[in-house]
Amino acid sequence: MRYLLLFLALCGNAWGQNIKIGELNSYKVFAAFLEPYKKGMELALEEINAGGGVNGRKLELIVRDDGGTPGDAVRVAEELIARDRVNVLMGTFASNVGLAVANLAAQRKILFLASEPLTDKIVWENGNRYTFRLRPSTYMQTAMLIPEAAKLQKKRWAIVYPNYEYGQSATASFKRLLTQAQPGVEFVAEQAPALGKIEAGAVVQALAEAKPDAIFSSLFAADLQKFVREGNTRGLFKNTPVFNLLAGEPEYLDPLKDETPNGWWVTGYPWSEINTPEHRRFRDAYQKRWKDYPRQGSVVGYTAVHSVANAMRKAQSADTEKLVEALKGLEMQTPFGPIVWRALDHQSTMGAYVGQLAQKDGKGAMVNWRYADGARVQPSDQDIRARRKE
Amino acid sequence: MSAAAVLLQFLNGLAAASSLFLVAAGLSLIFGVSRIVNFAHGSLYMLGMYLAVWLSAKLGFWWSVPLAAAAVGVFGLLVEFLLLRRLYRAPELLQLLATFALVLVIKDFALWAWGAEDLLGPRAPGLRDAIEIAGRPFPKYDLFLMALGPAVFALLHFLLTRTRFGILIRAATEDREMTGALGVNQRWLFTAVFAFGATLAGLGGALAIPREPANLEIDLSVVSDAFVVVVVGGLGSIPGAFLAALLIGEIKAFCIGLGYSKVTLVAEFIVMAVVLVLRPWGLLGRPASGPRGATAAPFTLESKKLLLAVVAALALVPVFSSGYALVLLTDVLVFSLFAVSLHFLLGPGGMVSFGHAAYFGLGAYGAALLVLRAGMPMETALLLAPLAAAAGATLFGWFCVRLSGIYLAMLTLAFAQIVWSIAFQWDTLTGGSNGLIGIWPASWLSSRTAYYLATLSLCCLAIAAVWRVIGSPFGHALRASRDSPLRASSIGIDVRAQQWTAFIIAGAFAGLAGSLYAFSKGSISPETLSVPRSVDGLVMVLLGGVQTVTGPVWGAALFTWLEDAVSRDVAYWRAAIGAVVLLLVLVFPIGIAGAARKWLSR
Repeated sequence: MRYLLLFLALCGNAWGQNIKIGELNSYKVFAAFLEPYKKGMELALEEINAGGGVNGRKLELIVRDDGGTPGDAVRVAEELIARDRVNVLMGTFASNVGLAVANLAAQRKILFLASEPLTDKIVWENGNRYTFRLRPSTYMQTAMLIPEAAKLQKKRWAIVYPNYEYGQSATASFKRLLTQAQPGVEFVAEQAPALGKIEAGAVVQALAEAKPDAIFSSLFAADLQKFVREGNTRGLFKNTPVFNLLAGEPEYLDPLKDETPNGWWVTGYPWSEINTPEHRRFRDAYQKRWKDYPRQGSVVGYTAVHSVANAMRKAQSADTEKLVEALKGLEMQTPFGPIVWRALDHQSTMGAYVGQLAQKDGKGAMVNWRYADGARVQPSDQDIRARRKE
Repeated sequence: MSAAAVLLQFLNGLAAASSLFLVAAGLSLIFGVSRIVNFAHGSLYMLGMYLAVWLSAKLGFWWSVPLAAAAVGVFGLLVEFLLLRRLYRAPELLQLLATFALVLVIKDFALWAWGAEDLLGPRAPGLRDAIEIAGRPFPKYDLFLMALGPAVFALLHFLLTRTRFGILIRAATEDREMTGALGVNQRWLFTAVFAFGATLAGLGGALAIPREPANLEIDLSVVSDAFVVVVVGGLGSIPGAFLAALLIGEIKAFCIGLGYSKVTLVAEFIVMAVVLVLRPWGLLGRPASGPRGATAAPFTLESKKLLLAVVAALALVPVFSSGYALVLLTDVLVFSLFAVSLHFLLGPGGMVSFGHAAYFGLGAYGAALLVLRAGMPMETALLLAPLAAAAGATLFGWFCVRLSGIYLAMLTLAFAQIVWSIAFQWDTLTGGSNGLIGIWPASWLSSRTAYYLATLSLCCLAIAAVWRVIGSPFGHALRASRDSPLRASSIGIDVRAQQWTAFIIAGAFAGLAGSLYAFSKGSISPETLSVPRSVDGLVMVLLGGVQTVTGPVWGAALFTWLEDAVSRDVAYWRAAIGAVVLLLVLVFPIGIAGAARKWLSR
């Protein structure tokens, strides 16, 4: 009798039970990005389950708030592992939270699909067997802007960035890559305001005093809006081209409205203009489901869930070790076109759109854009192996 | 910098100072009169911003400003009338807990009402563009702000020195009990001052919208700036607040102008530390008279049998669960120890710390660095790390015990922020904003059960040790120093030495909590040193009850459990936690342990 029960329990485990994705994110701290992200995830989940689930089992999302701090996030991840018995961990936004959960995933030997964090370290210096990252990293997004930046042949550059790891590594990568592409370039001023606390007037003034030919910025959210308004008022951008990471993402572009500076080069997501079949299908489905347009976060959430499902299909299993092997080299379709999950460093080749900002009817938009494939903005394999300490 | 650049940066500093002054003035008035540490002041500012953005779309910017300020004022009036009024008789600092709960509720309200996206307000009509000053464009609106700051200052000065209302405010700021004894209706005065301070906060927020977007993160960043300005200037001193705002505004502008923008991360806290060390009551403040005859109940340990039963039950948990219960209980134990160490300083020591996370974080970083950089075995690192925290407490405590009351609290905050900024910036040693990862327990402790049992035994021993100290001759001398420094020193107690020692003991035990925390998480980041961590500690102590011995433990358990339980199932979980805390504050103003003891002894 006991064995029969055990057998039944095992069968139940294998066939009846849902496959669980444990998703943890800072839903309250970064609500502007993560509300669309959640909608993207739910859309993907509905699509997958409407099509019969994965390997004959339904997919289930267990969504938790990680409180925005590494300590709380680790506790929540432990709960997802121990209490909810999830098959895969997914999510996180801030880099320090992502790194902490990646570290836990390696300790507990569970697959972690880091969807949002941008830090290079999560797949390089601190990369581990169980951690994979979806979004193009800080390095990749910086590298995407280099061709346009080098083409301008501007000699004197000023830089402004939020003073934490993202801004620091964006700045370091930009300096290194631009110097390689355009020897003799000078960096004449550097401003590193604290995240969320930029004194925009003083910063704009100090940058103007350095008389730069061009500006590179990695500001975003409230800092970006303050910088843009102050710079517009003080005429900083009149004759100075600006390159700004992330500023074309609807989450950060939309609040600018009639303040949107014309001609800035940015990375982002011109959702209304991408008319490839795969993107049109995604956009129509999203708008039908949510009566709202997709943001960058929507695409990330949507693609993350599909990535997990695809990995499970390829592995024919929800077993962690098999999933890790399946994700390595997994090729799949996304709203941005085909991507590959690189076996080398567990980074997906999802790209971003590079283009220029423009005002259209009092709203911000991206023009002259191109898709920058994530596969083409990588350092050499040898460099990566060295940074991964392999 | 050219002369023109210096002039322009000076003007930038003035504009920043004006907006700082507007928020700080209201906070200073409220604190001066009612002694309320109003954490929610930044939230009132944020409400002002959102209301102004919302109203300006309908009525235009200039109408939205007074309306938003008035609306926030009315809200302040209601808060005082419905909530704070019930708490003036409660033990000190409980209002702090109530305003902390308000912060959570207001934040979620703003999220619900206006959405997650930042809202960039309109430019001010008539002052949209810039004019040329020294050949450089300067926003007209900034000139307007520069004029407005001194105008509000002059108005407040007139109000305080020439009107009856102002005289009453000043009298209450000088000596609250005496003002009451002379027949002034304190209730009415408190309500009026709170509403007035809230109006100023709302005005500051509304006037900020042409310069920055309304966003959900602004509340805490504004309130910490405002506190620094108020304390640097001297509590309750409006001219002091004005001077401090100028000082901080200009220092920041010139840090940026001269290319030291990274310093702005902590500039105001460095200024505050320096000012408080040199002038213990701020630039223009005067020594405040403390509340008279405030003596706390003697500390007696509640039933030892009950406590032993709890420990025994905790030790048996692994028999029933090897999963998440242990993870959560490990957090509860670590935070209990942290709260107990803070309570030691705050209760028997009578020294409020707003920066206790510094020692928690020093312990955590100490442990991580000993393992990762010095290659020490985990067990040694775990036990040596508290020494790092004790060393920090020795240094900072020496300065802190020379102050008292809220000034002492703010100096602890300044030191904590300085430590935080060092951890945040020193990439090569501390891993910068990402922190340090890969700090796991030794293999024999790596299972959840083993680590839980280790945490349980260490925390119980440590907590028992702290409680033992409270009851020891040293503990008695410490309490004597708190209740009557003059009498204590006349019978030969070295008051400062007692307090300094208490600081070091509290620091060391907070460090042990931090060290245990680091190994339970596998990674640490500057968040372990941050203000929210300190605030959480205070909330735990106050929820449990300052006037009890075991209160902090129950407070820590309740708060940790609440966060875990509520954030799982409730969409607006921050507001839910805020609501529960408010309810507890109103029902159990002496903390849950205090209430339990009162109920048992009946």
